[in-house]
Amino acid sequence: MGKTIVITSGKGGVGKTTAVANIGSALASMDQKVVLVDADIGLRNLDVVLGLENRIVYDIVDVVEGRAKLRQALIKDKRFPNLCLLPAAQTRDKEAVSPEDMIRLCRDLREEFDFIIIDSPAGIERGFKNAVAPADLAIIVTTPEVSAVRDADRIVGLLEAMEKEESKLIVNRVRTKLVSRGDMLSVEDVLDILSIDLIGVIPEDEHIIISTNRGEPLINNNSAPAGRSFLDIARRILGEDVPINMYTEDENLFTRLKRLIGWR
Amino acid sequence: MSTIIESIKRLFAHETSSKEIAKERLKLVLIHDRSSISPEIIEQIKEEMIQVISKHLEIDRGGMDFSLEGEEDSIALMVSIPIKGMKRNKKKSRD
Repeated sequence: MGKTIVITSGKGGVGKTTAVANIGSALASMDQKVVLVDADIGLRNLDVVLGLENRIVYDIVDVVEGRAKLRQALIKDKRFPNLCLLPAAQTRDKEAVSPEDMIRLCRDLREEFDFIIIDSPAGIERGFKNAVAPADLAIIVTTPEVSAVRDADRIVGLLEAMEKEESKLIVNRVRTKLVSRGDMLSVEDVLDILSIDLIGVIPEDEHIIISTNRGEPLINNNSAPAGRSFLDIARRILGEDVPINMYTEDENLFTRLKRLIGWR
Repeated sequence: MSTIIESIKRLFAHETSSKEIAKERLKLVLIHDRSSISPEIIEQIKEEMIQVISKHLEIDRGGMDFSLEGEEDSIALMVSIPIKGMKRNKKKSRD
């Protein structure tokens, strides 16, 4: 029986989809069978972040409405044999799926996968409710900004009202230099305000932009601080006791030279 | 280097760091978000206060300001009511 995790945030653009792609591929690289479900119907993005956009035939709405079998709609990631994507529909809207549909769908997926990771849309309306309904664990992504933390607080409140007991926090895009000179909220400040458990801290990392351009997960890149942080989160999800580590770019002569000649 | 210079500048200017400002703003906005005091209730409190205070003082209704403010875990209703003038106590004026 697999575990269902929803990754959500309230505010858009804080890194939900990137987190889903990277935590998913990290878990798959640790021999877990993982399916990523894009619940952002009408504005799908997880497929492009994963580089699987050209392989979509059927989507989640086709499955819910009975035009395709679940197995037909799942796309296998060739880089990670244990990783699958269930894409969202692009030409429909959130109303095409109900929370009950999502619960039913995940019940079927649980039979085959160790982890079902749902990419929630921004907002607190139907799409959010769909994404959260089947989840055993909610991971809330925020950045150290007033607007993102405020929205995360709203999500914490809504999850409590929905009696979702397990929620964890990822603080994304932390810029250590800004924090140390007092120009960015620290992880401690954010935790102080939200008072939920931390599951990971991701530093701002330009490797994210590069890997998203290419449609590849970051976790294969050992020199990427964000990639290493996502691997740590995957280990924590598996129950390992991994201390929170703020990775920075190793700037030795070799990496500098590599960058100089444009070779990664 | 610029970081050190910035910090020194701040030290001398007694300037609050932008992070502290962010934290304070966030705390305040969350007090509003988390509080279940509806705008209708605030409006009602306002009306009742005006009634009571107007018995004794002449107040400027347009310049009134009501807001919820908080420090740490406590929350306060801050009311600012400009006074135009004292109403003469009728009993005394007769004397």
